[in-house]
Amino acid sequence: MGKISILIGGEAGQGSRKAGLLLGKILLNWGWQVFIYDDYQSLIRGGHNFSLIKASPKNPLAADLSLDLLLALDKKTVELHREKLKEKGVLVYNTSKISDVRQGLGLPLERWVREAGGILLMENVALIGAAAKILGISWETVEKVIKEEFGKEIEEKNLKVANLAFSSCKTLLKIPKLNLHRQILLNGNEAISLGLIKAGLETYFAYPMTPTSGILHFLAEKQKEASLKVFQLESEIGVVNAALGASFAGSRVAVGTSGGGFALMTEGLSFAAQAEIPLLIVEGQRTAPATGVPTYTAQSDLFFTLHAGHGDFLRFLIAPGDGQEAAFWAGEALNLAWEYQTPVILLVDKQICESTFTVEGGIFSRIKPRKPLLASTSSDYLRYKNTPSGISPLAFPGEKGKVVKVNGYEHDEKGLTVEEAELVQKMQEKRLKKFQKMREAVEKLPAVNIGGKKNSQIALIVWGSVKGTALEVAERRGLRLVQPVILQPFPEKQMKKALEGVKKVIVTENNALGQLGEILPRYGIKVDSKILKYDGRPFWTKELDEKLGNIGN
Amino acid sequence: MKNLETSAIKTWCPGCGNFGIINALKQAILETEEKIGRENFVLVTGIGCHGKVADYLNINSFYALHGRGVAVATGIKIANPKLKVIVCVGDGDAYDEGAEHLVHAAKRDTPITVLVHNNRVFALTTGQTTATSPVGFKGKSTPEGSEERPINPLKLMWATGAGFIGRGYAGKPDHLAFLIRKAILHSGFAVVDILQPCVAFFNTYEFYNQKTYILPRIPKDKEILEKIEEWNYEDGEGKIPLGIFWKR
Repeated sequence: MGKISILIGGEAGQGSRKAGLLLGKILLNWGWQVFIYDDYQSLIRGGHNFSLIKASPKNPLAADLSLDLLLALDKKTVELHREKLKEKGVLVYNTSKISDVRQGLGLPLERWVREAGGILLMENVALIGAAAKILGISWETVEKVIKEEFGKEIEEKNLKVANLAFSSCKTLLKIPKLNLHRQILLNGNEAISLGLIKAGLETYFAYPMTPTSGILHFLAEKQKEASLKVFQLESEIGVVNAALGASFAGSRVAVGTSGGGFALMTEGLSFAAQAEIPLLIVEGQRTAPATGVPTYTAQSDLFFTLHAGHGDFLRFLIAPGDGQEAAFWAGEALNLAWEYQTPVILLVDKQICESTFTVEGGIFSRIKPRKPLLASTSSDYLRYKNTPSGISPLAFPGEKGKVVKVNGYEHDEKGLTVEEAELVQKMQEKRLKKFQKMREAVEKLPAVNIGGKKNSQIALIVWGSVKGTALEVAERRGLRLVQPVILQPFPEKQMKKALEGVKKVIVTENNALGQLGEILPRYGIKVDSKILKYDGRPFWTKELDEKLGNIGN
Repeated sequence: MKNLETSAIKTWCPGCGNFGIINALKQAILETEEKIGRENFVLVTGIGCHGKVADYLNINSFYALHGRGVAVATGIKIANPKLKVIVCVGDGDAYDEGAEHLVHAAKRDTPITVLVHNNRVFALTTGQTTATSPVGFKGKSTPEGSEERPINPLKLMWATGAGFIGRGYAGKPDHLAFLIRKAILHSGFAVVDILQPCVAFFNTYEFYNQKTYILPRIPKDKEILEKIEEWNYEDGEGKIPLGIFWKR
């Protein structure tokens, strides 16, 4: 069996998301690699939530809508998703919520929960116990995951519930046990958080906003263990300005938000450029404009993040394409902010932030803090010393004998306000020298990923999370997949090399204007066609495959 | 290091209230620096005539965006609690555009010292009404006179739970230096509203010279709000108390 797709659905409050994560971990412990897409609405109770799991021996990065197994906690799940079942797919439903489902396997989840002395919410665990048995996974695997996932006080009851369900079912869709690798399941927010911690994060500020609130929650939970200062402040304006202050005081700081919050941060972004303050902003896109569709995905903030902020300046704009890339680039982004004393935007989206990925455990030992350029101990410190690279050595308040002055006005090397034409031009040119160094830095980083059939004359260009679906489709169709990860400064040389021999370029994006497709011609890259999706959902593999028609086939 | 001056030339109008404030601030720094250490002072300023103190004082400084000084100071203090963070902001910075940060820093009791250069007018933008301009104030944006009532910032700070609330006057620099020193040495959030005449757009010297008086002691219980409300930033009758109104 190559891959397996499973959907678990229920009302908000029934714990379908937790069930999805449990089943994902069980599959991982059975040697399978896992991707989980979580679909939920902006409400707390009722409605319809589901998790879409894809497991495969080779790391899956996107979900499919053709199901092998449909697990329904409620009636709506059956009604909405039944048609996605493959011919030989299995439908399992909760008899306490639904009766008389045609060709389905009804399970008395509520009865099992009661018999095991559990609470009603544990129906989700019963369903997972049953699903494991249906897939032919060993009880030991289920037991291990439940023990890891639940605290001591509720572990025993959950085990009882799961075991009763497990032993009451039969194996219907057997999947083999595969060799275990050193891998972990992480959602994008967790991957970003861990990447930041490994790169020496000390302070994190945020105002809650989907889809990056998970970073705030994760780091707040870890603050003691990782010696972090984590604060929720009064607004995104407060957040970005507090971050500027913390950075000035020498603390490696990051902030997280979505498009709307980022809009409020843009004056601070411009300040960071002018005052040359390291500033890392994680921007998790969601369906916009305005409030948009808050819990759904999009890639429509590319123009915005490329150009945000008044004035002439560059920022590093980095858009990783999956969980593992998100971890690596979060760490890299923090390092770049400090090395170049510049704003950096890590541009992700709901699809990366809140989807769950199989990540190599080893990745985190490769992320390390790099030391920025620091001032020597001599006195007469100049915060904006005009060096050949345009990068001035850093010092922080509290150092004896040094006066550190940062300034959002145009300033001299000392940091005092200036307005004279000659000085204004000179200091802008100092920063231009630094922007040139930033351009050179990009070309030394792995700024463009190439996948699929690398010598194909047809290139599918994607950025960010579309990589997941596109990689699978490109591999199947023998297309060249080109994914620029750094979007500013644009990796012109690497893109040119990546597109050598290409005759036809198709750009695929999760937005309505085809924003990357509009930008590529600036760098001499001709776009032949665009495939766009803008309904708040990611591309499903089958859907993208169909939209490509006969290209590459 | 004794010298607190920089090479920058002061461009405030002759007679500007800011001279009284910067002198009082310098005096307070010199009086407390033995305890705090010159290198541990950080001056954060907003944008407006007051902001130039960042250029004029030879200590660590962060010349922030308009309205955002208090938010920047919050971040500095969180990152390095050893630092003594003084925030000089204008009334526009503190009570108009940046009001949310002031309210939340007071609520959070962030240990920073906020000095509001309150000239009750936007001066650097050549004379418009602010949150503390009196009813009937004729500025360039309100030629017929403002119809809005001013905010009493002391009352606002009292309502948000600020731990130290003071009011000084640029025309009484010795008393002001005393207030600033007390605010600097306070262990939590401290705010001092400083009445600052603007010779170009709202010259209030005579008004304040006639009306201000120094409180004989820190008020207690019901007296606190009575004293805070004795003057509501209007032009009318009544005296204007100066001093510490409340200290936790």
